[in-house]
Amino acid sequence: MSESTRAGAGAQVRHGGSPGRSRGSSRGGDRVMVPDADFTSYYGRPIVKPAPWEHDIAYYLFTGGVAAGSSLLAGGADLTDRPGLRRAGRIGSLISLLLSVVALVHDLGRPSRFLNMLRVVKLTSPMSVGTWILSVHGPFAGLAAAAELVGMLPTRWQGGPVRLLLRLGRPAGLVGAVTAPPVAAYTAVLLADTATPAWHSAYEELPFVFCGSAAAASGGWAMVTAPVAEAGPARTFAVGGAVVELLMAHRMESSMGLSAETLHTGKAGRLMRASKVLTAAGAAGAVLGGRSRLVSVISGTALMAGSLCTRLGVYEAGMASARDPKYTVVPQRERVERGEQVRYQG
Amino acid sequence: MIGRNSLFGPLDPAPDAGYEAPPPRKGFFTDTSVCIGCKACEVACKEWNDVPENLFEMLGTSYDNSHSLNANQWRHVAFIERPGRSTAPDQPDPATPPVDIGMPTVGAPPSDVPDEAKPDFQWLMSSDVCKHCTHAACLDVCPTGSLFRSEFGTVVVQDDICNGCGYCVAACPYGVIDRRSGPEGDPKVGIAQKCTLCYDRLTDGQRPACAAACPTESIVYGDVDELRQQANERVAALHEQGVMDARLYGNDPEDGVGGTGAFFLLLDEPEVYGLPPDPVVTTKDLPQMFTRAGMAGTALLIGAALSFVRRRA
Repeated sequence: MSESTRAGAGAQVRHGGSPGRSRGSSRGGDRVMVPDADFTSYYGRPIVKPAPWEHDIAYYLFTGGVAAGSSLLAGGADLTDRPGLRRAGRIGSLISLLLSVVALVHDLGRPSRFLNMLRVVKLTSPMSVGTWILSVHGPFAGLAAAAELVGMLPTRWQGGPVRLLLRLGRPAGLVGAVTAPPVAAYTAVLLADTATPAWHSAYEELPFVFCGSAAAASGGWAMVTAPVAEAGPARTFAVGGAVVELLMAHRMESSMGLSAETLHTGKAGRLMRASKVLTAAGAAGAVLGGRSRLVSVISGTALMAGSLCTRLGVYEAGMASARDPKYTVVPQRERVERGEQVRYQG
Repeated sequence: MIGRNSLFGPLDPAPDAGYEAPPPRKGFFTDTSVCIGCKACEVACKEWNDVPENLFEMLGTSYDNSHSLNANQWRHVAFIERPGRSTAPDQPDPATPPVDIGMPTVGAPPSDVPDEAKPDFQWLMSSDVCKHCTHAACLDVCPTGSLFRSEFGTVVVQDDICNGCGYCVAACPYGVIDRRSGPEGDPKVGIAQKCTLCYDRLTDGQRPACAAACPTESIVYGDVDELRQQANERVAALHEQGVMDARLYGNDPEDGVGGTGAFFLLLDEPEVYGLPPDPVVTTKDLPQMFTRAGMAGTALLIGAALSFVRRRA
């Protein structure tokens, strides 16, 4: 049997730290406290398990961000009398919300039981909190989008209940805008509140990265779909979001310790590099050529693609950090060697 | 119900979960120094809990062919082959040497190879299981309430409620709980599965199946308070016999998960057995996470407002 046999939930990887490696024989009292460059594991097998999610969740991180940002833009556009931007925002929010729900339900092991999410309100579960955030935000954003859609019908059909719906458009849209930021922010807590090393160690900056990414992507969507003359606030929003995303991602990489490696290597590394190039290029396009229709469409698309790459990159980095025991063992072992185990302090 | 130590710190989990006058907290003390690697625990667990096949393959990792704790493997015996003289306690010389009465023996015939010439080799065997943490991340993050704290202080999945969101899988700092992906047709495919500490047996006053099957009493079941005391005595006895590598794992109520209901006596560092050296419940940091997210969300709202204000001016 070859050592590269693959079986069950994980591949066997042998590395220098596998059991069987010769280690100091005088164990116990007077061990040499030189930190090992290497580390020990059980046949190289992972310790924590990666989330059993498909890429649905990574796409949802993106669509949820677009939905939240679009609701905010639609609310602002409604108040400042920019009907074209409002329409782009409301329809963008509806499409991305629908895609979000499909992704979330599809990712369940038992999709038919998705309503079980609403059995409890549980503050210790970011997924429960997020479900309720979506349950509050979704109907209002949906109502505003419905009003937008019926507003596009011929005038002779806009009587009776349809007129009521049209009237509800603005209040529903404003409630949707105010409830939108939690939709963009909670997904960072959703990832961080796990034992997945690259997600948990990023918990301080990840909400800012995700909110910046949401602003960049939704601004990008509006630059593509709204009339250029009305899309000024969307460009500002997108550029601001892109700057926050890039700065906070940079800070995150330097603060999260060893698991930051997973953001620079492999698939996640390629995605994060692409994200930086696309986001920076899109933001530059929005600043320099935002008043041109063609440049708007190209930069808006780049901003959305950059945001998608950020979400996929963070997702993949987490998965990679869970698959390699190094990211679980080494930081914990270093704490132990320093005598700084996590302990309850009175 | 949120008490002072509900997210982190020493705690008796059943009263914290709202039980009034619950029975004493139950758990396992797994003493790996007397584990013989027979896997009776694995078999008994599968039999009693109707846990389906895991994988059927020779893994080439010593005698370990069940790979890991997962949805279809609730007890897992780890086998580690390593250099080093046996740390098994030296048997004290009996007062009266045994008399050979001519009984047939098993095992290798007496060796004329001197001890120094024998291969430098040692076995470590350990039966791993769900730790039933005081602060259980899987339970904290479960969005449906499918995972619950039993009156015995253990953590149990309700199969008819779990919708397979998989959040608990990523939350467990030990990689224990898992979503069942096969075999096809199994009624619990798509649902999170792990050791229940034989909840059904406990309610009938019986020991969990693995503890009942363990022939060397490496797996001891009982009240956690008593087990912790027993473990302290055992580790002290081993140290006295010169087994300085013996150490307890998971017995400290002030550790990163508030101590575990199922804890271990190990003969090497935890990571050698595939256990994390300093596990921490992820929800310990949850208040700060929500605070940071609140700040980011507020910044997003203000940023959106500013985008419009500036344009209007």
